Amino acid sequence: MSEHAVFDRLFGTAGHNVISEGQFLHGSAQLGNESITVIGTRDHAAIDGPLALRIADAILQAVSADATTHPAPRPILFIADTQGQALSRHDELLGLNGYFAHVARCVDLARRQGHRLLTLIHGEAVSGGFLAFGMLADRICALPDAQVRVMDLRAMARVTKISFERLEELADVSPVFAPGAENYWRMGGIHEIWSADDNWSERLAAALVSATETDDRAAIGLERGGRQLAAPTAQLVAVA
Amino acid sequence: MNGRRISYFEASARMRLSGLVDAGSFSEFCPPEMRQTSPHLAQLGAPQAFDDGVVVGRASLAGHAVLIAAQEGRFIGGSVGEVHGAKICGLLDKAMVERPAAVLLLVDSGGVRLHEANAGLIAISEIMRAVLQVQAAGIPVFALVGGSCGAFGGMGIVTRLCAEVVMSEQGRLGLSGPEVIETVKGVEEFDSRDRALVWRITGGKLRRALGDATRLVDDLIPAFRAAAADLIERYQTHPLTPAHLDTLLDEQARLAARSERFASARDGLEIWQAAAFADASQVPELTVEEFNLQLGEPA
Repeated sequence: MSEHAVFDRLFGTAGHNVISEGQFLHGSAQLGNESITVIGTRDHAAIDGPLALRIADAILQAVSADATTHPAPRPILFIADTQGQALSRHDELLGLNGYFAHVARCVDLARRQGHRLLTLIHGEAVSGGFLAFGMLADRICALPDAQVRVMDLRAMARVTKISFERLEELADVSPVFAPGAENYWRMGGIHEIWSADDNWSERLAAALVSATETDDRAAIGLERGGRQLAAPTAQLVAVA
Repeated sequence: MNGRRISYFEASARMRLSGLVDAGSFSEFCPPEMRQTSPHLAQLGAPQAFDDGVVVGRASLAGHAVLIAAQEGRFIGGSVGEVHGAKICGLLDKAMVERPAAVLLLVDSGGVRLHEANAGLIAISEIMRAVLQVQAAGIPVFALVGGSCGAFGGMGIVTRLCAEVVMSEQGRLGLSGPEVIETVKGVEEFDSRDRALVWRITGGKLRRALGDATRLVDDLIPAFRAAAADLIERYQTHPLTPAHLDTLLDEQARLAARSERFASARDGLEIWQAAAFADASQVPELTVEEFNLQLGEPA
């Protein structure tokens, strides 16, 4: 499903004006009487320095525009479709980690300025590309086709020197390392997974209402049983 | 062992910690006796550590209260798993309550621990949000990078979120490690066994010349201590102000200019040249003192 077909389902065919330039998406959309800024990546983008800067720039523009012209800051919907960070000597030389940190600071500024932040995973959300902006939203939603991972099991087997068969066997019972949006849901890393039959407009509206600006993911991971140590361990340290 | 000359690179996390803070001032939270180990490593039959590879606690540094975390690079590459990440998150939560003069992160990590990859990735995003929250509250976080694993993957991003980044020449900072790039893109893209090249792409002298590291110090624990103490003093007189629109627009312009100016750069030599070193090829030979004297404005 193309991202524009997704926007049609979310906002109706006349309800969105989102432009794709290469692998970058930006624009606005209307959900009921609420105006929403849309920023994201498409086509399994490998996020490099220039793409990271376009995302950051779009966030800063949204913050800047709403600081002066809008009575209330508009929500920002991030569309995450990324195969991860770009892998190149050039990007490393220039410090791609610093470009991603800059994007994260822009996301944080938007939150502090009162923008509600939502991520919708469409396609892939992988490793550093997912960390750069998608994972930093107030509420993270995944479309039914979403694939979420750090690394596929074969590569993981090579690095950890644990046999692929053993990893595959454990992947059935443990959400902790195997790819899959469902695993992230159980661990609190994804708030909701939408089904193909859902009314996506309604789900988006509901997600906007549920978005909280405090990071609730460790508590959710505990509640859902997929991440039973994160919240209690952080608590042990916090009260020590 | 002579504590004054001890290499930061070669020291363990606990040695770095005890040499960094005021003598006897460190108290550990969630210490090894509590055996807060990773059940996921156990499930995979991998070795565990009673501190899960990170030491967190409270100390004083030059008389100022600090909260501090030190990653142990010798334990699965300092990698971040569920417990390891939660200890750092808990420390940052605590900073919001205790308001120390600074939070110090002694980063020595390749990033996400693959044995518990999903938990590690989520944990790093939680650390990112927590660092941003702590700094928005006016408490500076410093990253110290000089260990054998450097600061890579998500911990490379966390490092660059910090108000200050202190590095040694031996320290390395990046996102994807050279081995990963070589494996995926081939040896002609990045030869990870060419140590000199690796340091020219990721090392402290390159990062300092770009301004990504804010201090370059000798590979000695007292040198890291002196830099941290000096920075704490500076933030006492000039408190951290939360990032606002103008600061981020400036950073946007700075990074855009970097991308444009070095659009085809593939070697640190090109950066050093631009940073006005008389002879870029000699930069690897310079002592830290000579380097800092010759460095004008970061490129």
